Amino acid sequence: MAVEKKTHPLIVSVSPHIKGEESVSRIMWTVNLALLPSFLMSLYYFGPRALFVTALCVITAVLSEYIFQKSLKKKITLSDGSAFLTGLLLGMNLPPSLPFYIPIAGSFMAIVITKQLFGGLGYNIFNPALIGRAFLLISWPKAMTIWKEPTAVFATLDAKTTATPLGILKEEGLGKLLEVFGDKANLYTQLLIGNRAGSLGETSVIALLLGAAFLLYRGYITWHIPFSFLGTVALVAWVFGGKGALFTGDPIIHLLSGGLILGAFFMATDYVTCPTIRKGQIIFGIGCGAITMLIRLKGGYPEGVMFAILLMNCFAPLIDRGVKTDLFGATKGQKK
Amino acid sequence: MNHGEHRTNWELIKNGIFKENILFRMAISLCPAIAVTNSLKNGTLMGISVLFVQVMVNITISALRKFINPKIRIPIYMLVIAGWVSAIDMTLAAYAREAYKEIGLYIQLIVAFASILARAESFASKNKFVPSMSDGIGMGIGFLLAMIIISFFRELLGKGALFGFPIVAGKPLLIMILPAGGFFAFGILMGFFNWIDIRFFGGKGASGAG
Repeated sequence: MAVEKKTHPLIVSVSPHIKGEESVSRIMWTVNLALLPSFLMSLYYFGPRALFVTALCVITAVLSEYIFQKSLKKKITLSDGSAFLTGLLLGMNLPPSLPFYIPIAGSFMAIVITKQLFGGLGYNIFNPALIGRAFLLISWPKAMTIWKEPTAVFATLDAKTTATPLGILKEEGLGKLLEVFGDKANLYTQLLIGNRAGSLGETSVIALLLGAAFLLYRGYITWHIPFSFLGTVALVAWVFGGKGALFTGDPIIHLLSGGLILGAFFMATDYVTCPTIRKGQIIFGIGCGAITMLIRLKGGYPEGVMFAILLMNCFAPLIDRGVKTDLFGATKGQKK
Repeated sequence: MNHGEHRTNWELIKNGIFKENILFRMAISLCPAIAVTNSLKNGTLMGISVLFVQVMVNITISALRKFINPKIRIPIYMLVIAGWVSAIDMTLAAYAREAYKEIGLYIQLIVAFASILARAESFASKNKFVPSMSDGIGMGIGFLLAMIIISFFRELLGKGALFGFPIVAGKPLLIMILPAGGFFAFGILMGFFNWIDIRFFGGKGASGAG
């Protein structure tokens, strides 16, 4: 502020005059930092493979953004950390055992096709990391659904292949899931600390919540999207998740498993692709939750968070338009 | 009346292939460009069918243009188009049964193609027999080439094959033979041809409003 005054002693502007410290790059790097705990947990559970996949994603994302902007003679915006964040998020959404070209293709898809071709940061309709993942899941369905059992630190590369808890729940039902994990208390604990098969960064709920709490505390995300998202998932899981009778489902399993926590706090809240008005954000979250549960309970895939967020991304501008409040003091006739 | 008189037949054909290419420049009749381009064989067959229908419809409308009452011209165009589409539909059903099973539905949909009705209305109904034929040939070949280019990339990337013969082992990019991949392939190719137009021919690129 002081510096600003010195360099522009005669600047005239409309109030308010308070200038915050926030900037795009500051927010992006803070989100990167908030993902650090879950990245460390993924290293703990999946060993060098986690580092390999995530690093590939990040490096490809940053490089392809650089090459694209360089070749189109645009301003290089690597330092704002958004390409880094896209790569990191994509890496956390991938299973641990992948051939090297899959993360590269996904990152390229995310940065070049989804983000830069639409005009760069701030203009993309869809969450780049999720489009990257959707692209990979559809292109290489087999490789993208080989899940490894988490093992102790720096395990050998050939860890046992297994199904994710949601996969077991979908294919063989709750009974089998309890058989694998012992009893319910143990199941919840394991899901909470992340000792289960799944994508790299999605497993450890505690680490994710730690990062999310940090972002909430800093005010970079608000409660509207994540909590309406999680609330809807819990409600639908409770009402329709049970076998046979209504209101017998287990919401906790659905809340703790899959990519829900990662999606709700880090992906659905992406500034560019979610509604900007609070009321709209709640609608957005409810929509995400409903579609997630629709896919989980009735759809062909065991997990639906990715498709739910992507589908709601296209509705974000529409929601914003629908909930826009009237101008202060405007009468009915002046609404527009 | 003689809208295309000052253009030679060769110019009319070139116009259809490059400048007013149905798919990449006019961005109309996109349904087959996405739906049947997942293999080179289907794409080519579809392109040839459209080429045939386009030429035949153009020369029929042109020959009959003096007898068609302007008030009911669109229904008459539709009758002519439907007639020629039925002809190619039955021919394919008889002689290319395997391919017909896959693309038969889209062959019948040629009736509703914007491009065919558009050329009948905007060109063939105002021009003489030979220019109308050239226009039909140009438009049809432009469509055929576009279909071949799209399906070449889609089959090569999606199935690792061309005309059903394996070129690359495995399935490199499965998404390319799915509908979503069709949109990707089409969008990227359209962007590529826009780039060529802007970079080398001083054009403005297609507006894509169609």
